[in-house]
Amino acid sequence: MKMTFPHLGNTYISIKPMLNELGIECVIPPFNNKRALELGTRHVPEMACLPLKINIGNYIQAYELGADTILMAGGCGPCRFGYYCEMHREILRDAGYNMEIITLEFANGNFNRLASVVHRLTGSTALLKVPSLVGQIAKTARRVDELEMLSFKIRARELEHGAVDRFYRDFREKALKVTSFKEISNLLDETGELMRSIKQDQKSAPLRVGIVGEIYTGIDQFASFNIQEKLGTLGVEVDRKVTVSNWIIEHIVKKSLHLHRDMAYAEAAKPWLGAMIGGHAQETIGNTVLYASNNYDGVIQIFPFSCMPEIVAESILPDIERELGIPVLTLIIDEMTGEAGYLTRVEAFIDMLESRRKNQKYEGGWSLSWN
Amino acid sequence: MSTKIGIPRSLFYFKFIPLWKSFFTELGAEIVVSEPTNRRILDDGVKSCVDEACLPVKLFHGHVLNLKDKVDYIFVPRFTSISRNEYICPEFGGLPDMVRHTLKDLPPLIDTEINMRRSENGAFKAAEEIAAKLDVGRKDARHAFRTAMNNYCDFRYQALCGVIPFMNIEVTRRIQGDGSRGSLCEPQEPSPWIGPARGQFPRTASVIQENRPSGCFEPREPSPRSTSPRSTQIAVIGHPYNIYDRYISMDLLGKLKKFDIGIKTVEMVGEEDINEYSSKLKKPLFWNYGRKAYGAALHLAQKGEIDGMICVTSFGCGIDSFVYDLIERKVRNEYEIPFIIMTVDEHSGEAGFNTRLEAFIDMLSWRKSNENDVSSSG
Repeated sequence: MKMTFPHLGNTYISIKPMLNELGIECVIPPFNNKRALELGTRHVPEMACLPLKINIGNYIQAYELGADTILMAGGCGPCRFGYYCEMHREILRDAGYNMEIITLEFANGNFNRLASVVHRLTGSTALLKVPSLVGQIAKTARRVDELEMLSFKIRARELEHGAVDRFYRDFREKALKVTSFKEISNLLDETGELMRSIKQDQKSAPLRVGIVGEIYTGIDQFASFNIQEKLGTLGVEVDRKVTVSNWIIEHIVKKSLHLHRDMAYAEAAKPWLGAMIGGHAQETIGNTVLYASNNYDGVIQIFPFSCMPEIVAESILPDIERELGIPVLTLIIDEMTGEAGYLTRVEAFIDMLESRRKNQKYEGGWSLSWN
Repeated sequence: MSTKIGIPRSLFYFKFIPLWKSFFTELGAEIVVSEPTNRRILDDGVKSCVDEACLPVKLFHGHVLNLKDKVDYIFVPRFTSISRNEYICPEFGGLPDMVRHTLKDLPPLIDTEINMRRSENGAFKAAEEIAAKLDVGRKDARHAFRTAMNNYCDFRYQALCGVIPFMNIEVTRRIQGDGSRGSLCEPQEPSPWIGPARGQFPRTASVIQENRPSGCFEPREPSPRSTSPRSTQIAVIGHPYNIYDRYISMDLLGKLKKFDIGIKTVEMVGEEDINEYSSKLKKPLFWNYGRKAYGAALHLAQKGEIDGMICVTSFGCGIDSFVYDLIERKVRNEYEIPFIIMTVDEHSGEAGFNTRLEAFIDMLSWRKSNENDVSSSG
């Protein structure tokens, strides 16, 4: 059995060592790329959302490298992600790729099913390892996310342009070959050192922009056209609250163990969006409100075309924009999105934020509307 | 003067109006339904709502605007779930927030959450909350809810008997006969009761789930395919708010009727039949409509009573994109039934829609008369 899994930003860094520890051979699909998207677009229904298309591309490319089994997370709605696993099965079967799909269902504290999946994959002994593995995955994912956040901070202040990008890309490449949690921990230490050693402009006060929106397009470099790097290169400090580690720790571990969860975003979202409606709509609204109260300069919402929860959020955001005075740019991505037009919008938005900041300084907060 | 409650003639109006109407009437309120969808309502909705929303949601905004200055309250409940362990759609769950933050200067919204995901009592709880907002006590609320449920059961039962819901506008027009149009602004009621005696259905909230009471409804025996020629039957699969809204669906059902084609919709298939097929899925669909559409489509296909299947979807509908794909794969792989997906949005031209529909119907009739012949396309 050769197992593969879809890409989601840096998730592979935590999943590969886990599979190694369980003694499962694994194939990491090539990083998300144009061909993956093209393959996905060919086989997936037109109106399905972008992550499904890229996932299918990942699988087909992994199949070409010899993978025959897929590991995938499940869900229980109402967001379409919960049904991805079944769509994958149908699409791959009809497209002639004979792959088995193993779904990890975490929802509703369904541990028996999860345990039986692990049991089937690895034999009985591995079951005892599961709690410690989950802990290690959560820890690694958190450290990887921390490294990413560090890169956001330094990139906006680096004196030598491209230094962070170089180290960060190197790190992602090296992480492909890592086999154990120990090694990855060393690699993380190493890269962190390197990044901190980059010369920074300590006096600069870069613009601060929060990224909100759907998790896949927020996290994945390819799906978001590397927006975080691009903003960093423009001298903008980026922040993003929705991360993989957060998802694992808050939504999977704490929820199923009924531990206290950090629901600050839900509290903040309450006056605007009264209920959890699936996906990350509540996070989008809540985090935008939090960014506004933390005096961020702007917020960028990213989501794949036809993402239902984010559409609800999108229609509420203009009101938050007006009332809390924080500019919001909405970017919607699908397989037809052109990079140039997209970049132009981002740059115009950043220009606007800059002049807004200047005007606030000199003209008592007056600025012309940008649209 | 009684309180005026505005009900947008959109979305779940096409599913629950018999329930809502009698509920609010019993509570002593007067209900005002927005005008049937027209160009103006559509334009208002499209202009005010975010571009990415699906057509029915945009239209809903238009209907709310239509009611704006006519009523004391507008009924925009937060529909989280109408059945156990199932959802409807994220946009339904966020609808009151969307409306509130998109449209300004609205009368107060009745935005009670209706959530039956954990328990069927959710519906009753919501009814009590709504009644409390209108200063009606619990006892009266309970009574009103029961009456409303009865009315709703009747409505559901008629559909199960094969009466196409909301088609009776056509009937009133014909009856008047003098060229004057029937009053289309009146809330449509199910046509007069024709089935077995009332009172044979369980009067509990579970009926909202449309559990068909066993023994009180026997489907008509299908006529065997080979012996007697029957008129063409088409399964029209689509959200009630898409196919029963004559403006959005470009009067698809009316057009099919004109071609003398029999129509089967999801509402005409009983819950047991639906579950028989949808339970065969490896992972159950967690959308109420998804499960129904899938189960009903396959039930109709399996029964062999239909000659073709039309799936109506509005552009950008996330649930349809998955469910129709599942149906299409199944129907194409396992049944020899022609299948078409018709997409509507605010830009749909009626001519193009008609052409596709007519081509589909032509194909069905050729297929019927020349089934054993060699295909003309070689």
